Amino acid sequence: MLIDVHAHFYTERSPRADWREVNRRRIEAGARIGITTHVASILGTWGARSPTYFPSRDDVEYANEALLEIMREYPGVVAGYCVVNPNFPEHAREQLERRIDAGMIGVKLAASRRADDALLDPIAVIAAARHCPILHHVWQHRRRDWPGQDASDAVELASLARRHPDATFILAHIGGGGEWSHSLRALRGQDNVVVDLSGSGIDTGMLEQTIDEVGAQRIVWGTDLTMDTGWAKLRYLASLRLTESELASITYRNAQTLFPAGAFDDR
Amino acid sequence: MIVDVSACVGEYPFRFLDARREPAWLLTQMDRLAIDRAWVGHLPSILYKDPAAGTAELLRAVQPHADRLVPVPTIHPGLPGWEDDLNVASLAGAPAIRVYPMQQGLDPAGSAMRVIVAAAGAIDMPVMLTVRMEDLRQRHPLDAATDMPASAIRALARSDVQARLIVLNADRPMLEEVHFGLTDEEARRVLWDIGWLWGPPEDHLRLLIETVGIGRFTFGTGMPLRIPDGAFAKVDLLDLTDADRAAITGGNLSRWRAG
Repeated sequence: MLIDVHAHFYTERSPRADWREVNRRRIEAGARIGITTHVASILGTWGARSPTYFPSRDDVEYANEALLEIMREYPGVVAGYCVVNPNFPEHAREQLERRIDAGMIGVKLAASRRADDALLDPIAVIAAARHCPILHHVWQHRRRDWPGQDASDAVELASLARRHPDATFILAHIGGGGEWSHSLRALRGQDNVVVDLSGSGIDTGMLEQTIDEVGAQRIVWGTDLTMDTGWAKLRYLASLRLTESELASITYRNAQTLFPAGAFDDR
Repeated sequence: MIVDVSACVGEYPFRFLDARREPAWLLTQMDRLAIDRAWVGHLPSILYKDPAAGTAELLRAVQPHADRLVPVPTIHPGLPGWEDDLNVASLAGAPAIRVYPMQQGLDPAGSAMRVIVAAAGAIDMPVMLTVRMEDLRQRHPLDAATDMPASAIRALARSDVQARLIVLNADRPMLEEVHFGLTDEEARRVLWDIGWLWGPPEDHLRLLIETVGIGRFTFGTGMPLRIPDGAFAKVDLLDLTDADRAAITGGNLSRWRAG
């Protein structure tokens, strides 16, 4: 079993004509890599009708519905995160309750609001109550603002995690840009934050230090936009001196624990 | 034969490499992944004011492993007497030289660059250009060098009929902008490593093989800054024929050098 905790799909409302092909290639490459479940999200209309990281209510609604359709198309192979925009608290609450009831197994927070913002508190409360982890987009050591997003870094995510010890957070794409070692320092002792290995970055030392800093029990595997680099990290992990049990924890067992009971039973 | 053209040894000033700076680590990874030979640059030389001293360090480091590690010295073409350094590289059996105009404070398409590209071309020595060492988003605050611009690579490829360039760590937009901005003859004198090209689901590498041609690609891992499995994962996800796989992992390089 291999669970990719960080996948994305596109829809006809994406600003790219090849959206169907990209989705198909994710499924095909996943089969080649051995991915049994892609836990995915759709970030609104990816900028077509509202900004990717600041999706409108309509785009949030549309994206979550579209992902549920993809989940129905690939039962057991695709699982879903419910995307919300915390700037619309009532809408976010409604989406979470309805989409989790419909079968989504996690919450995706991108960059509509910093992670330490109080507007995220009600979302974390619902996620904890429903035993759904929150996958939070993180810029590893944000030294300045970047256009198009209110990106958070690990310090801010850790702040949210301290306020919600019953919730579980996944720090997104440790290889996804920015200084990963900064994030690992920020997560020391913050046991309700786990690290997702996805992202295009394949720095040497990153996997070793992640294992040293947070331990195999707080690491989950994923791909995000580049499945080749996800596979590369998986292969490199196998060359490190991990026990079989530690490797299994990273590739699927931790995910089985983080997500609602039975989320991956049919795989 | 699998040849990695994008390996280095030595310390990197902006990140602790630990044992990964040593040739022994490189060889361990090469053994693990069945890489036969690596063209090896010297990381500290990138920022040495005079990289000639780094060449001596590099030659000492790889000499005990000469059957597998091939030195690729760094030259600063803005220094007086750089021609001597080119001779040293040639006499050491280097298959190429590395030049880092962005880190060396040179105009990447300026006269110093054009002259060394021409001089190296005259002795059939490719010049290796590195678009980026690390992702822009993660660089040390003092690592202010910008990425090598596509316009400079086009200018260098056009600047001399004998110019031969190997470009490392380019992404799809950079590669397309250069390749389709050159004549067929010029484009044949440029080889690209696959290290920074995205695999699925975007599938940039697969697309580029279709549009640019498989013959333009060679194999580079980026060790020790990057894990070597990245380049292999990209190739494996292409499901290539044995012949095409062999072309990317070493055959193209061999033919290009011979041609």
